[in-house]
Amino acid sequence: MRIILALILFGLSGVAFANVLPEDRADVMYKLYDGGGATIGGPSVLVRKQVAKDISMVANYYVDTVSSASIDVVTTASPYDEERTQWSVGMDYLRGGTTMSMNYVTSIENDFDANTYALGIQQTLLGQLTTISLNYSYGEDIVMRSDDETFARENIRQQYALGITQIITKHLIAALNIETVTDEGFLNNPYRTVRYVDPNSALGYSYEPELYPSTRTSNAFGLRAKYFLPYRAALEGEYRYFTDTWGIEGHTASIAYTHPWKKWIFNVKYRVHDQTGASFFKDLFSRSEATNFRGRDKELSPLTSNTIRLKASYEFLNDPGGWLKRGAVTASLDHMIVDYEEFRDLRVRGGVVGEEPLYSLDANVLQLWVSFWY
Amino acid sequence: MTVKRAFRVVFAAGLMLGLSACVQIEPWVKPYERDALADPIMAMDTDPVSSSYLQHVFESREGARGGEGAAGGGCGCN
Repeated sequence: MRIILALILFGLSGVAFANVLPEDRADVMYKLYDGGGATIGGPSVLVRKQVAKDISMVANYYVDTVSSASIDVVTTASPYDEERTQWSVGMDYLRGGTTMSMNYVTSIENDFDANTYALGIQQTLLGQLTTISLNYSYGEDIVMRSDDETFARENIRQQYALGITQIITKHLIAALNIETVTDEGFLNNPYRTVRYVDPNSALGYSYEPELYPSTRTSNAFGLRAKYFLPYRAALEGEYRYFTDTWGIEGHTASIAYTHPWKKWIFNVKYRVHDQTGASFFKDLFSRSEATNFRGRDKELSPLTSNTIRLKASYEFLNDPGGWLKRGAVTASLDHMIVDYEEFRDLRVRGGVVGEEPLYSLDANVLQLWVSFWY
Repeated sequence: MTVKRAFRVVFAAGLMLGLSACVQIEPWVKPYERDALADPIMAMDTDPVSSSYLQHVFESREGARGGEGAAGGGCGCN
């Protein structure tokens, strides 16, 4: 592995062109997810600052305060409240035409800890028309149970990513992203269960713990293009193909339009995602322990999600003098509808087992943030 | 695609692009012709704090992950 990374670095060191560090900025955000019986809110603060001629540091503090009575919770468990806190620090180092980056992320919940270490390299090539980036990250998760102090399982995640951004014309830029992620360890949710036909139960079915494979490898291929329209506006399109070893195959596409007007910037985006289900997903198993692996997480069901975003940004500061360059306030609302094709709504009782209505999730994601560039 | 195979693809692409950098290519869009591309509305990721959060939301609600361009973080997807 070390040899291959060294060879890639060598291959990329052919010609060095001018490269720049990310601009200094600070963002203070409040975000709120509300949908399907779950409310998740909290702040996210990101600060980036150049600390030397060739070094830029970045830090992010992020909190999710969860209050959940989602369909999984109301049908098989009790509503709960919890908090997730995430810290990340990173550094970008510019040497010649190459930017090298390091990042560390730690996330803590009462029943889930995650630590991720990432390395990346970015190089501008071909007369600064092409930017190529390579990233690798290694993550360790510890999965616990809030009702069992002795329960702790590990999951190791590795991510390999290649990105190529290409200037195609004076008004068109495109980006290609290829990403492989491997997981090994305890991959299912320790609280979630599957249901199976049980003639001895009054409901006609019972629950047992889900059991996932202990490995997963996924590949994603994304293509994105952005075009500058003649009257100063931008049109963006994106497509992603996804496949993994659990049998999920997904297609995601989006289109976005950005329109500035005086001190405002308006953005509207439509995104659609469609996927097949995991091979071991079933809404209702024929009996207990019917298959080697079994899961009933709705995210593993065949599904289609549609999201529309409205975003507006207002620039309230522009070169006021002193150390501040710009300031803007932005609000965005994403309305997301997920239609599950095999996951059924078990809150509806009394009908034929296995023929309950299909579940559908409606969620709103609200974000409000203030940004300063300095 | 196995991890080894995926890594070989990434490696080959990186090496090819690295080596192609040794060849002098005349840029077909000159630096002084990039004012439209330099406009803030043309940034590929205008708001990193927002895009990484939304990526987390989508990855928590769908079965797919990666390939959408924004940087990710820890999971905590329970």
